[in-house]
Amino acid sequence: MNLWVYLATTPLFWLTATILAFLIAGWVHEKAGRPPWANPVALSILLLMGVLFATNTPYPIYFAGAQFVHFMLGPATVCLAVPFWTHRHDVRAMALPLLAAILSGVVTAISSAVGLAWWLGADRLTVASIVPKSVTAPVAMGIAEQIGGLPSLTAALVLGTGILGAMIGPGVLRLAGLRDPRAMGTAMGCAAHGIATAAAFQIDPKAGTYGGIAMALSGLLTAVLVSLAVLVMG
Amino acid sequence: MPPFLAAIALVLFCQLLGEALARASTLPLPGPVLGAVLLFALIVWRGGPGEALRSFADGLLRHLSLLFVPAGVGLIQHLDRLAAEWLAVGVALVGSTILTLLVTGGVFTLVARWQERRRGKISL
Repeated sequence: MNLWVYLATTPLFWLTATILAFLIAGWVHEKAGRPPWANPVALSILLLMGVLFATNTPYPIYFAGAQFVHFMLGPATVCLAVPFWTHRHDVRAMALPLLAAILSGVVTAISSAVGLAWWLGADRLTVASIVPKSVTAPVAMGIAEQIGGLPSLTAALVLGTGILGAMIGPGVLRLAGLRDPRAMGTAMGCAAHGIATAAAFQIDPKAGTYGGIAMALSGLLTAVLVSLAVLVMG
Repeated sequence: MPPFLAAIALVLFCQLLGEALARASTLPLPGPVLGAVLLFALIVWRGGPGEALRSFADGLLRHLSLLFVPAGVGLIQHLDRLAAEWLAVGVALVGSTILTLLVTGGVFTLVARWQERRRGKISL
């Protein structure tokens, strides 16, 4: 029992648990034949939430260990410069479609999320937290803070959007006849940031690259548009 | 200097500089995104990323989805709010995600076709 008391509070335990849960989720995903509903991110989160419930562990204790994985989100975002450079000729040739698509995507993402949540009677705090839901987590949390949302709720909504985009993105786009890997990647990166970008990389490396570009540009554009809106509306 | 460590130091340094620039600017732009812009400028200036940086970036980006797990487990803190507002939140997430996918993918395809027709290439 003493050993468990020690283990349950050490960061090493929860860091190990996070990576093990992800490996198990990946294994299940693989064994089940890679169905979109068994998204490894969603599975590992459910698994870890179950462990936290069962062991009565508060989230901050868990995060003390898991933060080392979480921290790598920043460097990973910086590293997007590398595939961006590798595909720079594509990016330059497709600059116009990319910018047009991402600008309209960002406006659609914000207005439809806010409109639907408001219409269905969501609380002010929830509506403010849902504004940056399509943008990568570190950017979205900063935006939520600026407009008076709850950054940790935003993190959860961002994640929900990401998993949703990864799960339904390829199907929705194919149903609509949008099969060009560049269009698919751009749509998935813009609508559902890094998680859908990771899924786009599995469709095609080019789709993943466009996903990364779309994710970086839409993060930048959402931050700029929201702060301009705040300046204008006071 | 070992090239692998140099690559890690370069990435962290770009992020640090990005965070510093983000604090200094009036628009709340995200530090890591500015860091990516800086790293891109450096790669262009040096004429390529080099083997070590390329493999570090590849390794990190290949496991991108793992990095979202810790924040996702944070959902556990908002179960009460979600239990009360699950319908509004659920419809907003699903509806907005589908709309955004279709608008972004559709606009990209239309503009790409228009551009390629103007350049006299075969359409997509």
